[in-house]
Amino acid sequence: MTDDGAWQLRESYTFDRNVIAEIRRAANTGIYRIRGWGAKRRLPILDDLVFLGASMSRYPLEGYRESCGTDVVIGAERAARPVRLDIPVTIAGMSFGSLSHQAKEALGRGASAMGTSTTTGDGGMTSEEREHSSTLVYQYLPSRYGMNPDDLRRADAIEVVVGQGAKPGGGGMLLGQKITERVGEMRTLPVGIDQRSACRHPDWTGPDDLQIKIQELREIVDWQVPIYVKVGAARPFYDTALAVKAGADAVVVDGMQGGTAATQEVFIEHVGIPTIAAIPEAVRALRDLGVHRGEVKLIAAGGIRSGADVAKALALGADAASIGTAALIAIGDNDPGYDDEYRRLGSAAGFWDDFQDGTDPAGITTQDPSLSARLDPVIGGRRLANYLQVLTLETQTIARACGKSHVSNLEPEDLAALTVEAAAMAKVPVAGTGWIPGA
Amino acid sequence: MSPAADEAPPDPSSAVAVTVDLGETSRRELNRMLHQAQAGSFRVLNPRGAHGLACGLDARVSVEIEGSVGYYCAGMNKQGSVSVNGNAGTGLAENIMSGTVRITGSATMSAGATGCGGLVVIEGDAGSRCGISMKGVDIVVGGSVGHMSAFMAQAGNLVVLGDAGADLGDSIYEARLFVRGDVESLGSDAVQKEMRPEHVAALARLLDAAGMEADPGDFRRYGSARGLYNFHIDDIDAELSARREAS
Ligand SMILES: Cc1cc2nc3c(=O)[nH]c(=O)nc-3n(C[C@H](O)[C@H](O)[C@H](O)COP(=O)(O)O)c2cc1C
Repeated sequence: MTDDGAWQLRESYTFDRNVIAEIRRAANTGIYRIRGWGAKRRLPILDDLVFLGASMSRYPLEGYRESCGTDVVIGAERAARPVRLDIPVTIAGMSFGSLSHQAKEALGRGASAMGTSTTTGDGGMTSEEREHSSTLVYQYLPSRYGMNPDDLRRADAIEVVVGQGAKPGGGGMLLGQKITERVGEMRTLPVGIDQRSACRHPDWTGPDDLQIKIQELREIVDWQVPIYVKVGAARPFYDTALAVKAGADAVVVDGMQGGTAATQEVFIEHVGIPTIAAIPEAVRALRDLGVHRGEVKLIAAGGIRSGADVAKALALGADAASIGTAALIAIGDNDPGYDDEYRRLGSAAGFWDDFQDGTDPAGITTQDPSLSARLDPVIGGRRLANYLQVLTLETQTIARACGKSHVSNLEPEDLAALTVEAAAMAKVPVAGTGWIPGA
Repeated sequence: MSPAADEAPPDPSSAVAVTVDLGETSRRELNRMLHQAQAGSFRVLNPRGAHGLACGLDARVSVEIEGSVGYYCAGMNKQGSVSVNGNAGTGLAENIMSGTVRITGSATMSAGATGCGGLVVIEGDAGSRCGISMKGVDIVVGGSVGHMSAFMAQAGNLVVLGDAGADLGDSIYEARLFVRGDVESLGSDAVQKEMRPEHVAALARLLDAAGMEADPGDFRRYGSARGLYNFHIDDIDAELSARREAS
């Protein structure tokens, strides 16, 4: 850089190059930008928290030798067959349709190898995922695509989806490129249409109705399996309280950075609250109702990437964390080996987010058989199992350092915040102080 | 009737209907009994508007309910035949797969919602969102239907002998709607369509199956204009470069 005293090109902070590109794109097409992945802008995240570890007044556990439990049981109070997870990390709901059947199989294999659950999505249950998932959660969504009592009865849990972190208040989307014959048939839709699925359930409107709906679902499956309610993080205190009142065995709270297969960018980046802010509010509701770490379990999702994130979610009061984007990356999404192809699509490995397009070089978010054949479900499953193993080991490492013999014993007292925002949202003190803003 | 441990269990295979009195037997016991039965018929007394009655049937059992029922009666019905001598609450026969559900009275919201197959007959009126997101079920309503009926209806037939409320068939896909009376208004992308001979024949079969007396020729048909099937993208850049190439 020469410094001749003249003005350099100066990018506007308000109208930066992406803002300008978006205005141009909008002017050219007349349609909002739709993409996959989750929020990409900077948000308060779990990195803004640190663990304190043991010290003079806290006694750590031996890193490799002392046992540190990781299991979670969901629905023991009401379901004849509660869900028993060996690790506190689950695979979030991602539809067949948004994902290839090979990807669904890989997710099932990886989760099963580690003794955890995987989840269907907005498109029904495929035989591949049922067969390869030892514990499969069946989503009950507003669209009811592919919903049927046979699959309901072969599920290990039912998840009533009220919302998703990427788009609280929004319905699903699957663009025409991905509505192939199989996908269209499973959803009873014409091939090739741009599918927009409902944002509201067709046969219940509020928490009182939901309570009756949950009873109906329990009756249909003869009270065999637990029922979860999934909400996008918007008003987690009230949403959690109402889900508990409606009779949920588990509440899934998905923060705004949660991934999606296809959503309007304006929704992804501007609706909902971050995971770090949502968990404490959900926990407050569970505590108020006397069900925290008891009758009703809390599953936190949205931007979980590492064992540190899992441990922080648990310390804030979740019973388990759920992953979407990270699981896709583990099985091969954004693989640098396909960088050339990502570049041909106008992106690059590590940046690609056009899950809606069906052109995924890694064969994951596509219905194109020539692409999806690239994903070996066995290898993909092994990668996911390895990754889940690392998340679990990391979570245990932190829990032991905090002196906990079970990961669910992690607590807010083990945490400090690095920013004032994180302290206010997570309701833990700013590091080095006893100050919790707003407390 | 309450099957105590020392009593012989009811024998639903006998020609005589097993009578279950919900004044004495819980919903859970009734539904368990219905789920275990492979065939036979049941008569249910004193439903008193209870929710989730006879939901999740999965066999050729027939159930006659003497009185009005609450939400989700006969939900997700498969093969079963359920009749209600009375009215029904929200979500009658929601997500029905096959079999028949019939009520003599009226149904409130979301009757036959998301149904995938089978036949739902409502002799009285149906409230709002009748047939919402229907996916292959046939619904025949003797009276009128409320607003937003057949919203996002994907497949199947909705037959209305009376009138239809506002926004009929909003965002409809491939379902067919037949209305004999007035339609207050059509929803986005719903249009009136020509009644061709095959539609008259199909409607005659539906009316016959439902046991309704009506002349198919008196009905009008509505369906999707298919204008919302794909996003409209105005690709100005592509147009300009094509123009440049042409010049
Ligand atoms: C490709 C893809 C498809 C998804 N499909 C669904 C779906 O069908 N139903 C649903 O409730 N959530 C869906 N989600 C959201 C996930 O269940 C989960 O909430 C989210 O991915 C968690 O955030 P994370 O991606 O940061 O881990 C999807 C996410 C992705 C990435």
